[in-house]
Amino acid sequence: MFDFSILFPSLLNGLTTGAVYALVALGLTLIYGVLHIINFAHGAALMLALYGVYVLRTRFGIDPYLALPVMVAGMFVFGYALQRVVINRASHGKDENILLVTLGLSIVMENAALLVFKSDTRSIETPYTLTTVAIGPAMIALPKIVAFFGSLVVAGVLLWVVQRTDLGRAIRAVAKEKQGARLMGIDVAHVYALSYGIGLACLGAAACFLLPAFYVNPQVGSGFVLVSFTIVVLGGMGSFAGALLGGFLVGIVESLGGLFLGDSLGQVGIYLIFIAVLLFRPQGLFGDRV
Amino acid sequence: MTTNNVSTSNRRRFIQQSAAAGAITLGFPVVGGAQPAAIKIGVLHPVTGALAYSGQQCREGALMAIEDVNKAGGIKSLGGAKLDALLGDAQSQPQVGAAEVEKMNEAGVAAVLGAYASAICLATTQAAAKSNLPHVVDVGVADTIVERGLKNTFRFGPGYGACARVAMANLFALNAAAGKPAKTVMIIHEESLFGTGTGTLLARELPGFGFTVVEVVKHANPTRDFNNIVLRMKALNPDVVIPANYYNEYALLVRTMQQQKVAPKAIYSVLGGAASSYKFVKEFPDAANGIIDCNHWFNPKDKRALELRKRVEAKGLFFTYEIFNTYTAMMYLADALGRARSTERGAVIEALSSSTFADHFMPYGATKMANGQNTGAQPLMTQVLGGDIKVVVPREYRQADASFPMKG
Repeated sequence: MFDFSILFPSLLNGLTTGAVYALVALGLTLIYGVLHIINFAHGAALMLALYGVYVLRTRFGIDPYLALPVMVAGMFVFGYALQRVVINRASHGKDENILLVTLGLSIVMENAALLVFKSDTRSIETPYTLTTVAIGPAMIALPKIVAFFGSLVVAGVLLWVVQRTDLGRAIRAVAKEKQGARLMGIDVAHVYALSYGIGLACLGAAACFLLPAFYVNPQVGSGFVLVSFTIVVLGGMGSFAGALLGGFLVGIVESLGGLFLGDSLGQVGIYLIFIAVLLFRPQGLFGDRV
Repeated sequence: MTTNNVSTSNRRRFIQQSAAAGAITLGFPVVGGAQPAAIKIGVLHPVTGALAYSGQQCREGALMAIEDVNKAGGIKSLGGAKLDALLGDAQSQPQVGAAEVEKMNEAGVAAVLGAYASAICLATTQAAAKSNLPHVVDVGVADTIVERGLKNTFRFGPGYGACARVAMANLFALNAAAGKPAKTVMIIHEESLFGTGTGTLLARELPGFGFTVVEVVKHANPTRDFNNIVLRMKALNPDVVIPANYYNEYALLVRTMQQQKVAPKAIYSVLGGAASSYKFVKEFPDAANGIIDCNHWFNPKDKRALELRKRVEAKGLFFTYEIFNTYTAMMYLADALGRARSTERGAVIEALSSSTFADHFMPYGATKMANGQNTGAQPLMTQVLGGDIKVVVPREYRQADASFPMKG
């Protein structure tokens, strides 16, 4: 139906989109793996991060890619404080409370953005926004290529932190056995807040990769959050490898599905795979914990 | 004599001043008591959710119209009664819109104005009909809104049927004048009532005008990535691309086309969300350049429209169709309240129905309603030329000649 010159760019497009999905999902899966809660504020936090990149660009002239360290650090501090000051206190140690608190936070964040930035859709212009790179027959937007490799690098760093550092070991210990970790002298509340902060820091990075070719408005997060939830469940709740592979899989299925079935119907492929995984491998593709 | 005169003069002055003082003393309570109660108008838009930008623009237009009516002395036939907006948020969801109408009805509004999106308008007009509450539709272009026989529903602007017909006739004329360079068309529309209805109509009727519709693509709201659609476009290589969608998706689509270096002979929008938007032209001048749109537009030669544009821009807003459509729809409603001389619902509906309202800056002429639709309402064809939006068709409103096709 479509020849290689169309299929190949579509595949690359899916891969590049999937990398950003994976990055957003990595944060979500880390928070789930450690705190055992679905962070309903994930989409809203991504939206705030996108506004952060927007403000840095329009007010201070900082390039979105150069803003990466600022955004990652800023979102980490924001996430840490949010977990420590609001979520932890308001939840009183009950998981169902945490769910409601994050849901409430997402509503507060969206309305705060509506108040400050209005409902206006905003985007930024950079010298490379419309630059494309020819890869074989495909013309891929430069921001998408940067997003692809950038997401991989950030995911690699995150994996290294979790696997190779004391902090990572503490995170894994808390994820596996909270009481045991506490008895070993690990400050569980601190690790919870750190994990939430790292989860949001992933969104800070994702926002820097997204905005050069995308837009931001107060509702923008909702478009990503459902896809991220799907990826996390598809890959296995709390699994890093699952989130990465799930992100790419969803990106490619969405892209090729859109090409063959049209944009509206194209998304059906994601959910067919999702249902198949739930039926035949309910723990997800990589059902282990962090 | 002199003394007498002075005394007479003093007496007269005393009587005059006493009378004036009495009038003032007595007059104030009388004036206060005669001040008619404000007329509540339900102003209902999706000011949060996916359609928040458009909804807030609409609200701004409605409030500016109310401000102008009140400044000009209110509804004169009702003793100068002021209009009082009762604001509602449909949250971009039809069922919420319908619930808001119920609340407004209970709050005793004289009429409802709203609710921007077709799907929301379908729900709100029906909810209002249950209480015989007059409902003026400000944008809502789906023709079914005024085709269900609801006596309370009135649309001042054109529906998508009228817009699509005008667009097709003009595309045919422009193409013929240029030696028929365009033969194939690709339609890209959003998936709700407005986009689907417009897309279906165009796909059905365009072959009658000699065009081959090579593809009709429906997309979701929001769509995060248009690369696939643009790749399909690349494969099909249509002469004309017709988008019918909301602002965000329109802007993303055109930018992706620019990125992928897809340049059809024309981007010819029908009710394109960003095609005739000063915001789009300002933010993406290169992407916007040359785009033709058949859309709601004001008479560019009417000073009142230009003055309103200045006021809107002074507020830091863009003068978009949401603002001027809602502004004039509110003016139409205010005029009808004046004609009705009452806020009784039957009288207001009758006044809206028989309105000949002509004191506006839209290219509609005197209002003539037939089954709730203003039959004189028409879209204008605009094109982005030299960083500005110019009317290119019809002749009486033309500011510049159309540039078609864009590529030789």
